[in-house]
Amino acid sequence: MLRFLVRRVLLVLPVLFGLLVLTFVLVRVVPNDPSASLAGQNATPQQIAEIRAKYGFDRPLIVQFGVYLKQVVQGDFGTSIQSGRPVARDIRQRLPATLELTFAALGLGIGLGVPLGVLAAVRHNRMLDHVLRFFTVGGIAIASFWFAIMLQLLFAMQLDLLPLRGRLSAIMDAPKHLTGLYLVDSLLTLRFDIFWDSLRHLILPAVTLSFGSLATITRFTRSGVLDTLQKEYVLYETAVGYPRWLMLWVYVLRNSVVATVTQVGLLFGALLAGAVVVEAVYDWPGIGSYAVFAIFTSDYKAILAVTLFVGVVYAIVNILVDVLHGVIDPRVAEQM
Amino acid sequence: MLVFRKFLRDVSAVIGLVIVLLTAVVALFAPWLAPKPLDAHESHPLLRLKPPSAEAPFGTDNLGRDVFSRVILGSRAALTVAVLVVSGAMLIGVPLGLVAGYRSGWVSETLMRITDVFLAVPQLILALALAQLLGPSLKNAMVALTLTYWPFFARIVYAETRRLKTSVFVEALQGLNASSFRIMFAHILPNAAPPIIVRATIGMGFTILTAAVLGFLGMGATPPDPEWGLAVSESRQYLPDAWWFATFPGLAIFLVVFGFNLLGDGLRDVIDPRLRRSR
Repeated sequence: MLRFLVRRVLLVLPVLFGLLVLTFVLVRVVPNDPSASLAGQNATPQQIAEIRAKYGFDRPLIVQFGVYLKQVVQGDFGTSIQSGRPVARDIRQRLPATLELTFAALGLGIGLGVPLGVLAAVRHNRMLDHVLRFFTVGGIAIASFWFAIMLQLLFAMQLDLLPLRGRLSAIMDAPKHLTGLYLVDSLLTLRFDIFWDSLRHLILPAVTLSFGSLATITRFTRSGVLDTLQKEYVLYETAVGYPRWLMLWVYVLRNSVVATVTQVGLLFGALLAGAVVVEAVYDWPGIGSYAVFAIFTSDYKAILAVTLFVGVVYAIVNILVDVLHGVIDPRVAEQM
Repeated sequence: MLVFRKFLRDVSAVIGLVIVLLTAVVALFAPWLAPKPLDAHESHPLLRLKPPSAEAPFGTDNLGRDVFSRVILGSRAALTVAVLVVSGAMLIGVPLGLVAGYRSGWVSETLMRITDVFLAVPQLILALALAQLLGPSLKNAMVALTLTYWPFFARIVYAETRRLKTSVFVEALQGLNASSFRIMFAHILPNAAPPIIVRATIGMGFTILTAAVLGFLGMGATPPDPEWGLAVSESRQYLPDAWWFATFPGLAIFLVVFGFNLLGDGLRDVIDPRLRRSR
């Protein structure tokens, strides 16, 4: 297991290095001079040259890359051109918001998707199965920005049940910083008013973000359970008279979720990408809205850092998924 | 013909096919089907933000343009992007996948590691960054989507080629001294076609969705072009009053992507039994 872990991590390193090269080349080779946009529209060529020298844009690309690489290894992503603060600090500050949103969405997706998938498999080819299939194919066809706006329109603007945007009401102060997750921090500090307020703010973004993954999880659980139900031990257990709920929800389910777990790793990438859109619509102060803002303002250090950061997170999650795979299915662990 | 009959028995796949064909017809004849084809670029300030009515079944937008006409005209942008991006991605990804799968050693390793780098970040994030760097326009959005979508084809073709490389017919061809080029493109490629077709179909829907996101975030189509994602983004200022302005372009995206997904699903069951969706 340990050997497997080390090997997985070592395999990821060249990919991350490649990612660094790719993003760097993209940003520096594409003819979109960041110094010119920084200097403003009325800048003289001399002012542009000064800015170019200040940020090191005038040095050879390979030197710039070397400097960048050294900084990244030290955890220094440079200073954001727009906010004027270290990008690493911006990301650290905004990360908990994205984590809270993503985990809430993933929790919703798994919590609803797995039972729905089992139900669809049990009611195979009956009405419920068809309805669920329609909904799972439909779930991945909805544009998340549009779904977000429709939910806002209905629940925030028309019915006035939930807040329109943001993470907390303007009159509320953020809870004392412990984990950065408002739900957890407010509970730990016993501020139930903040907990309730942040929960209300979380509902619409989390539902929007979870919709696509919910569909995928339902689908993979369904096909996994259908496959397992054909196995001989299920027939045996039925014959021996095991309670049906115990068989289905414990024995069959455990043997069926392997494919779903693999999907969760891939879904995490989809969730991170989805978070960009969802955060932009709901003004959620996380990495996603930061990325959109960076892209709008040609803040290339921030763009590089976010891309790289997402790559690292994605890689870590996929390694974790492989480990989890081994826990659920010991046969996989033996091959590791 | 067995395949064809099997396909026709799959109700949802047929629904998907009908939606896709309808969309294609609408896109092809959009300027003639739209009641007000000139509303692609013309504005009528006196008619702004009128709710759905007999003259404008989907209402009018902030510039008094007929939303129904613009939804119909928008199908052109959506399908053009889907077809061009997916074929472009196939043109890059399929040959790379074939070569990487058929050769071994450093050529194959290098190609697949490059593919891995592209797959290490969600496509949308890479495409967004690329679209921004190239400058916001529909053309650049297509370039960005193509350059970030080919790895999906490279992956699939690589896996298929690896599998087929050891089969008897390839060994026989090698024994007959057929050239590698010929084995790859004339013999392995046709056998690898089913998963490529399925991926391309689902990829069309996926690309329409991603292109709409780029349009929505201002990194795709530019005003006043009738594009669905852009329209939803323009509508946000006028909510909740002008609900129709946001609703119908989004429904159009949903319907078309839904059609491609149903079709792709059905095709998978029929032409690629190994990937069967489980009964």
